[in-house]
Amino acid sequence: MSAVTLKNIVKRFGGFTAVHQTSLEIPEGAFVTLLGPSGCGKTTNLRMIAGLLDPTEGEILIGDKRVNDVPIHKRNLGLVFQNYALFPHKTVAENVAFGLKYRDVPSADIPAKVKAALELVQLPDVGHRYPKELSGGQQQRIALARAIVIEPDVLLLDEPLSALDANLREDMRVELKRIQERIGVTTVFVTHDQSEALAMSDFIVVMSEGRVEQVGKPEEVYNTPASEFVANFLGASNIFDATCTTYGGASVGIEAPVFGGMDIPAQKAPNLKSKGPAKLVVRAEKVILSKSAAPKGVVSVPAKVETVDYQGQAVRYFVSAGDTQLQAINMIDERPFAVGDEVNLHLRPQDCAALPG
Amino acid sequence: MSVEAREARQPWILLSPALGAVVLLLFVPLVFIVVYSFWLRTATGADQVGFYLNNWKEVLSDAFYRDILFGTLKIATITTVICALMGYPAAYFIARSRGNKAILLLLLMLPFWISYIIRTMSWINILGVSGAFNTFLLWIGIIDEPIQMLYNQTTVILGLVHFLLPFMVLNVFVSLDGIDTTLEDAANSLGATRWQAFVQVTLPLSLPGLAAGGLLCFVLGAGTYITPLVLGGPRDAMFANLVFEAIITQLNWPLGSALSLMLLAVLGALVLIYNRYLGMAQLMKGLG
Repeated sequence: MSAVTLKNIVKRFGGFTAVHQTSLEIPEGAFVTLLGPSGCGKTTNLRMIAGLLDPTEGEILIGDKRVNDVPIHKRNLGLVFQNYALFPHKTVAENVAFGLKYRDVPSADIPAKVKAALELVQLPDVGHRYPKELSGGQQQRIALARAIVIEPDVLLLDEPLSALDANLREDMRVELKRIQERIGVTTVFVTHDQSEALAMSDFIVVMSEGRVEQVGKPEEVYNTPASEFVANFLGASNIFDATCTTYGGASVGIEAPVFGGMDIPAQKAPNLKSKGPAKLVVRAEKVILSKSAAPKGVVSVPAKVETVDYQGQAVRYFVSAGDTQLQAINMIDERPFAVGDEVNLHLRPQDCAALPG
Repeated sequence: MSVEAREARQPWILLSPALGAVVLLLFVPLVFIVVYSFWLRTATGADQVGFYLNNWKEVLSDAFYRDILFGTLKIATITTVICALMGYPAAYFIARSRGNKAILLLLLMLPFWISYIIRTMSWINILGVSGAFNTFLLWIGIIDEPIQMLYNQTTVILGLVHFLLPFMVLNVFVSLDGIDTTLEDAANSLGATRWQAFVQVTLPLSLPGLAAGGLLCFVLGAGTYITPLVLGGPRDAMFANLVFEAIITQLNWPLGSALSLMLLAVLGALVLIYNRYLGMAQLMKGLG
């Protein structure tokens, strides 16, 4: 049984359709991320699950119960907001205890539950303080404690890390995942940050303009994008107009500019259904710049370095192969190549993916 | 001159016109009033300069003044409570309305474009013997002759509420508008109904605005003489009417000065008590 099910959900605001016909099943205990740029409908979906918005069409189920007509305060969900939304006039302990007052928790048990929740987020000693006396990261931990102390059926996180500094964000990412695994609560996480999505999720739902583009495990979504949008949104990709020359069997033949003809494993082109126009997706980090000749089974193309964007452990190159510009992100040990260097681009066909044209 | 010294002087340079105006137009006249209150008005009508406590003895011992002071505070209190009860929902509505917030605020300001005296007198055209309300009742035949609705305590309170309600709405609005609406969402998600979320979260966070609006309504209400003059009967005089009477009608400046200082002292004490608990900053926020 799925923890949350969306059945043919549509949400319109006046004449604007924020979410087109969307169906989604979120498995019990999973950490699922709704990923997409702002305005893609991910937050609208989260707010509909939460009960802050009513769907225009379709059904929402939590467990096996239809909740369309269940008001937010009866849905038993934990909600964490980007801006923390802690009650400024209540102490941390009062904030955490807030949801327990509306449940059948004997008041004698409340302090112990609050204490346990604060220990879970590693802030056991701040109960008597007010939210404004805490740092942003601490406030977000308290918001998390407040949401999980009520033992929600589903935990909903609306860009919870976006307001934090970069370093803190990475720490909180690990922390959040640790807590989620420990209590095992089904979690729906909304973010526009692909690295958060890739690092934390069991499943990623990539959305664009109110539609689901792809649902899959992080490595599936990253390595086998189902659409050009997904290929561009996650990581850096080179996308070429290509032609599918052979189809059927364990591999598909792709004829593309720069790299010529290649045989790509069929599982890297799951949506390609026929010969004819296609797109070749080449991840920037799969294009390796080299002075040496290519080993067997690796395509090699001569190119010239145009731009070098040095990032420390990695370098982003823009190179030109004939008339075509490509980007390549390579890890480096020593000195990066310089602008004007003549190099070979090495690419393994099995690292590429193909889409319908 | 060093940069620091110039920067230190700058606030004083910027403040000096306002400070000058306050000293010249408020502080100096106030000193005059204090001095006047110790003079004595003789039977001939001339003021006798000196240090006499007669005015103060009269003001502080006469039950007439005491009763009117209490009456004034009572009317100001009733007015403030009515303004709070009527103004809070209106302010909540404006603060939570999307899009047309600016228009609603403009409508709230609109009455200030008309003189307060004119606004007060408009009630005569509405509730007077030949006013709109009586004419209507006569026309539909409920009554045979006009009812005297004006010139009592109720119409004084009505006029004051009309005058002061925008101040309350504005103060509460500023407070409510600054409250993050996701706080209510958070409270709802934790199991609170909309009403519980309001009582637990929104109401306590808006109390400073309510308190500031309340103080403003109370002080302005307690200090008015126009409303009771226009809409009150002979027995509905408020304390400021006594000051008006003494100074304008009887030309008894010493007595009028003592009376106005007494009102100032009582209202000042209330402001200080308020300030002690709520802070002047919130009041300023409400006014700004």
